[in-house]
Amino acid sequence: MGEEKGRGWSLGLAGLLTPVTVWLGLFFLVPLLFILAYSFGTSGIYGGITLGFNPGNYLRVFDPLYLEIVGRTLVIALLNTFLCLLLGYPLAYFIAFKGGSRKNLLILLVMIPFWTSLLLRAYAWVVILGGNGIANRALQFLGITDGPVNLIFTPQAVIMGMVYSYLPFMILPLYAALEKFDARLKEAAQDLGASRWHTFWRVTFPLSMPGVIAGSILVFIPSAGEFVIPNLLGGARTVLVGNLIQQQFLLARDWAFGSALAMMLAALLVGAIMFYVRKVGTENLEGV
Amino acid sequence: MERKISRGRFLKVMGAGAVAGSTLSILACQPNTNPQQSGGGGGGPEEKELNLYNWSEYVAKSTIPGFEKETGIQVTQDFFSSNEELLAKLRAGGTGYDVIVPSDYMVAIMIKSDVLQPLDKSKIPNFKNIGENFRGLSYDPDNEYSVPYQWGTTGILYNKKEIGQLEDSWEPMWTPDFTGKIGMLNDERETPGAALYKLGYSVNATEDEQLQEAEAELKKQKPLLRGYFDSTQNRPLVQNGDLLLGHVFSGDAFLALSENEDLDYIIPKPGATRWTDNMCIPNGAQHPDNAHKFINYILDAKVGAALSNYTYYNTPNGAALPMIDDALKKLPGYELGPEVFDRLQVIEDVGEATRKYSRLFTEVKSS
Amino acid sequence: MGESKGGPVYKGLGKIPDRALLLFATLLYVFLYAPILVLVFFSFNSSKSTQVWTGFSTEWYGELISDQSVLEAFRLSMIVGVTATAIATVIGTLTALALTRHRFRGKTLADSAIYAATVMPEIVVGVSLLVFFVAAGLQLGITTIIIAHVAFTISFVTIVVRARLSGMDRSIEEAAQDLGANPIETFLRVTLPLILPGVMAGALLAFTLSLDDFVITFFVAGVGSSTLPLKIYSMIKFGVSPVINALSTVVLVATMVLVFGGSHFFMRKENA
Repeated sequence: MGEEKGRGWSLGLAGLLTPVTVWLGLFFLVPLLFILAYSFGTSGIYGGITLGFNPGNYLRVFDPLYLEIVGRTLVIALLNTFLCLLLGYPLAYFIAFKGGSRKNLLILLVMIPFWTSLLLRAYAWVVILGGNGIANRALQFLGITDGPVNLIFTPQAVIMGMVYSYLPFMILPLYAALEKFDARLKEAAQDLGASRWHTFWRVTFPLSMPGVIAGSILVFIPSAGEFVIPNLLGGARTVLVGNLIQQQFLLARDWAFGSALAMMLAALLVGAIMFYVRKVGTENLEGV
Repeated sequence: MERKISRGRFLKVMGAGAVAGSTLSILACQPNTNPQQSGGGGGGPEEKELNLYNWSEYVAKSTIPGFEKETGIQVTQDFFSSNEELLAKLRAGGTGYDVIVPSDYMVAIMIKSDVLQPLDKSKIPNFKNIGENFRGLSYDPDNEYSVPYQWGTTGILYNKKEIGQLEDSWEPMWTPDFTGKIGMLNDERETPGAALYKLGYSVNATEDEQLQEAEAELKKQKPLLRGYFDSTQNRPLVQNGDLLLGHVFSGDAFLALSENEDLDYIIPKPGATRWTDNMCIPNGAQHPDNAHKFINYILDAKVGAALSNYTYYNTPNGAALPMIDDALKKLPGYELGPEVFDRLQVIEDVGEATRKYSRLFTEVKSS
Repeated sequence: MGESKGGPVYKGLGKIPDRALLLFATLLYVFLYAPILVLVFFSFNSSKSTQVWTGFSTEWYGELISDQSVLEAFRLSMIVGVTATAIATVIGTLTALALTRHRFRGKTLADSAIYAATVMPEIVVGVSLLVFFVAAGLQLGITTIIIAHVAFTISFVTIVVRARLSGMDRSIEEAAQDLGANPIETFLRVTLPLILPGVMAGALLAFTLSLDDFVITFFVAGVGSSTLPLKIYSMIKFGVSPVINALSTVVLVATMVLVFGGSHFFMRKENA
């Protein structure tokens, strides 16, 4: 079908982009310039910044301790993204295709738990996974374990907590992409002899790619900046780059270094996304 | 066709943009939803308002209503969750608060950062109620900028029933027998501080050698720990049995002790922390007069007692002591004799060395 | 012609996989709601603890009614949440339309900017916005909170709506225009309904992000504009009171009633 895609600038395009340009330009990019300026400044002992040209802050990022933290963060963020995709996709599929008239209700039900404070839910997990908690009691009751096992304050608990926190970020875009699906496409495929599995992999999944990409980005990026879950569910035994940056701005009162870290992280992540999006194919993000 | 779409879309979008834009400008021009707009500057009479910036759950139910009734001044309370966040906000220009409640070392930092205004003691007659031990502390030797609010110690809450009565020492937190059942504080001064205490050093050590020794101790300890937690997390973990020993602030200990007799609280030798939260008035406060009134009100004996009876922390107010609940006074570690008091140290600002502590603790947690 | 086991009509993945999917979905919902149940449970705790059960009591609900600071915080969170979500959804949708349906110079830059807005750590956004607001002479308060919330949620809405728009069949829109509908009508009557699930998903995400935001809100909040997260996260030092559990339970029940009641009502209307 002839695709009428706008090419080049037009009044319409400019109009569509005005609100975001104004808002983000003013309330994101301008403050960002402050941070950029800070990253080249020198921190005072008590938190002030002397502006200037001091690239030393960026050089400090290449300290092995910090690089290790960044590396660990990226690994955990990737793992988190993968798990969210694995768990979120079937649920999004279920709601989109099996939900019927209850689709909206089911999606809302997914989100409602996330309208309570994360702090409270983390404390609740501590209770559930504690030595005397439901999880341990169930395991012992089923005979799987003999005594209480350390379920909480482990790296596994941190991963579980992150998946728990970020699932909606994966489910929502996936649902948005899957829901527009025309079931007749699947029917057609199966009429032509494709097995159910085949239909899924060759028809459904590829067409849901925009959702997969969006979900992956929306989970991976914020995961890389996470600092609450490792403390609440991991016993603060895992230091992630989010903790590090927080610490620089607050405890160490080193705004210059904190800014440099943040800029490096941002450049790294934006670069990664652009690469990912290019690789998987921007055609997927634009009209077919 | 192309033009038609552009035009129509353009109109539609311009409309939306106009709506968004006017909403923004309306919101921006609108005065703060904070109903109390302070008008008074320098010499004029202040509006009957007070903006308090405090920790959550750090006033008794009766405190603010009592003040409002007595003075007719409306109090707005906002909340911060760490000293550092408070400082960062004040330094970045966040103003509007009349009374803030920073901890001891932060008062020193704030004085050096020039964000506090001096107190007019003539407006705080109840200052005379402050006990001798709580006046002129190292971070503000003449109480020029701060007045103590609540104080406490940092020690060990543990399960006496399970492991028996412990000596006043830091050793238990390093004992392999308790592996997996020990919780330390996620605090870059308190936990390295515990190592420094154990080694017999000052909690404000700045020499590399001493800090390296502390780091080694902490790295030795890490495999034995369940984790590094907030005090409010260590408390339920000890109560529930997930931990046998928890590094806690005294108030949390007393809360747990009053509910559970199997627990005990010790303040270890050779040293432990004694901390003090204070009331200060930041620069740029719109209602400094009211602020002084509030501070004076808190220092009243009855108000001070009600405060401590609610928070379970200790009061620096000598006049309030007789009115503290007996149940609290009887708890181990609440009333301290001089031999305990003498070994308590105050965490102070260590200037540049702060970043050494930050790095030290990050290294330990990452190891 | 090879037919799927269920016959010529598309029967989904088949019986067993269908049942497995249903089981999986149910388990996932249980996973999502498990902490909520614990939370509700502890709202009836007789002591001040949210993790150590000491007995049954409804005192916290009584406290909730009389605790002005908590109720006010909740009210502010709602105002901020709804307003910021509305604005962010409109702007985000328009942006998604622009980015999905146009190719233009500077598009890569625009894309990067959208992604960059999700990448910045909260403390950096919070501190920098505060410095900016102070420099610009804006008074801190609900307005600045809303501005900040819109700023950090626009990108999320954009990305979600884009996922919806990509690969969307535009033949219906074209048909409508061929039939004489002008662009505004086409958008309102054809495009918008088609992308609505995406827009709603984006809005839901923005709302959820706004409700529990702490760091950014902390820095840009003014006097008297403490939202619920500001109150709750500040409780970490001296203890979270079960009053918050009580509030959460009340909100949860109210939401459930609204949601189930609403859907029941709409389903009835459809069937009528």
